[in-house]
Amino acid sequence: MSANDFAISCKGLKKYYPDVKAVDGLDLFVQRGECFGLLGPNGAGKTTTIEILEGLTRPDGGEVIVLGLDWRHSARELREKIGISLQETQFGEKLTVIETLRLFRSFYRNGPDPDDLLRDLSLDEKRDARVGKLSGGQKQRLAVATAIIGDPDILFLDEPTTGLDPQSRLQLWEVVARFRAKGGTVLLTTHYMDEAQRLCDRIAIVDHGRLIALGTPQELIARLEAPNIIEFTSEPALPAETFGAVPGSHGIAKRGDRWQVRVDSLADAVPSLINAIEKSGAKLQTLTTHEATLEDLFVALTGRELRDV
Amino acid sequence: MYKPRPALVELAIVRTKEFLRETEAVFWVFGFPLLLALALGFAFRSKPPDQIPIGVVAGPEAAQRLAALKKSPMLLPHVLSEAEGRDQLRRGKISLLVESGAAPVYRFDPTRPEARTARVEADDALQGAAGRKDVFAAREEKVQEQGSRYIDFLLPGLLGMNLMGTGMWSMGFTIVNARMRKLLKRFVATPMRKSDYLLSQFLSRLVFLCLEVSVVVIFGWLVFGVKIHGSLLTFAVLCLVGGYAFAGIGILVASRAQTIEAVSGMMNFVMMPMWLCSGVFFSYERFPDAVKPVIRALPLTALNDALRAVMNDAAPLSRLLPNLAILLAWGLVSFAVGLKIFRWQ
Repeated sequence: MSANDFAISCKGLKKYYPDVKAVDGLDLFVQRGECFGLLGPNGAGKTTTIEILEGLTRPDGGEVIVLGLDWRHSARELREKIGISLQETQFGEKLTVIETLRLFRSFYRNGPDPDDLLRDLSLDEKRDARVGKLSGGQKQRLAVATAIIGDPDILFLDEPTTGLDPQSRLQLWEVVARFRAKGGTVLLTTHYMDEAQRLCDRIAIVDHGRLIALGTPQELIARLEAPNIIEFTSEPALPAETFGAVPGSHGIAKRGDRWQVRVDSLADAVPSLINAIEKSGAKLQTLTTHEATLEDLFVALTGRELRDV
Repeated sequence: MYKPRPALVELAIVRTKEFLRETEAVFWVFGFPLLLALALGFAFRSKPPDQIPIGVVAGPEAAQRLAALKKSPMLLPHVLSEAEGRDQLRRGKISLLVESGAAPVYRFDPTRPEARTARVEADDALQGAAGRKDVFAAREEKVQEQGSRYIDFLLPGLLGMNLMGTGMWSMGFTIVNARMRKLLKRFVATPMRKSDYLLSQFLSRLVFLCLEVSVVVIFGWLVFGVKIHGSLLTFAVLCLVGGYAFAGIGILVASRAQTIEAVSGMMNFVMMPMWLCSGVFFSYERFPDAVKPVIRALPLTALNDALRAVMNDAAPLSRLLPNLAILLAWGLVSFAVGLKIFRWQ
């Protein structure tokens, strides 16, 4: 496939700031109609990457092709074809929802009737409310509404649900699903695992401006080679060697004051683990287990948690 | 099928609505200049000259002298004891003390103009009462020139100051606020033309410019009888050019500022010298000759001088061309530079 067949293709993307390499040789290929997630901790370069793809930041190196077009030559055409929700845009608080949406509609050649779109996003009740009086979830839905008011082919969402309550997140996910149902391509950044797992067809995990893993959520989790995670603490704390003999173990990592062991089977591993702790004369304090998630993959890949700074 | 309005129109409408919903801004644009005009207009209103308080030292002649002095419309005499009188003279409560004796003694401070006036008036009254005859009776003709009151001087100055303040603030505040909220960045992420955004600011500015000028002019006319003696068209051209010159300077000041605090500081830094030097409240003629060319080159001076000329002296447009040239130069250069260095993100 050539770069023109992809919704987004970027090769060797670089953006260096004086004190940090925000993006350091990133390759990404997003297919048309796909929902693609950029996942990583704060400061991983997600926002810089998405803003380069959106044509808001100029890269220091690499090639970016969006919908077969180059930002350097076809910026205005591209602006008509993409919709953007930035992190933390605050719309004018004294304007009403419909006034805001009409304003954005006036920037585009094509697009739906703002009133129809409000109905689609269940914002029609708030049509004449001032933006300043909206809840966080409603504001975010309005932000997405301004992103899709121009009938875009690609929707860029930068951390669309950060800070939202669970119900507002669900409502926003529905909006994304509806956009995709019409054949739209979505690129979103998030540091929520469940969001990525739920929404995305494929996920790229980035850290320090580099790609460290890429695949469907299932593929990525399968990489851990161990579907279960045991987390525990003991008093006194014990060294890693104590747990070397736990059957089916694929690795042990320290997360804060807890130990985390990735295992094949909980039934085999848990009794042997408790045994090992008792033998060493320490007391087990807490023990929890869960199925492996993307978060665990990130820890396994980097030794750090996603929400670490 | 929904048909959107042109982006320029939509932006201007939104900007106008946002302003009208900002109660404080509406007060600063419309209420503040009126209050200022009202307060200063009444404080410095033209009134008949005050009567000058003087003292007459108690004694056998006091009653007769008091009666004579009361006939003078300029004097306000009281009978006082000698000690009291000298004390009040020292503290400036009276301007003249008429001390007792067969011929009066006038005690006063000759460096104070109203004390000298009181001395002449008092002497005249007492001499007349004592039997002096006037050789002839002069007739008085009292003159009050048109456009010479303080309010006639003040109102064009306030208008100029207001055009400066609203022009700069409306640009500076709106743009920096939108930049802080990342709204500018959000706008440039759409196909919106950047020129439409800036033009819409100018367009909505036109609405407020007409309103605020009308409000001040009508108020001045109704309350103080201040009239525009020159051509209304010339006056309108001046207000437009002046208003837009300051809007251009506002764009320059706001072109890179990232916070409201930063832009406020810069605005005040730019406007403060003009508040003081450009003849808003008092004439800049009192400044040394050496700095006058600099003061005259300031945009607010050019605007104030021209507004006064057209309002009070009915100056024709041709006489105001140098002022208009100064305003246009400031406006255009600022706007061009501002646009060049403008930061959208």
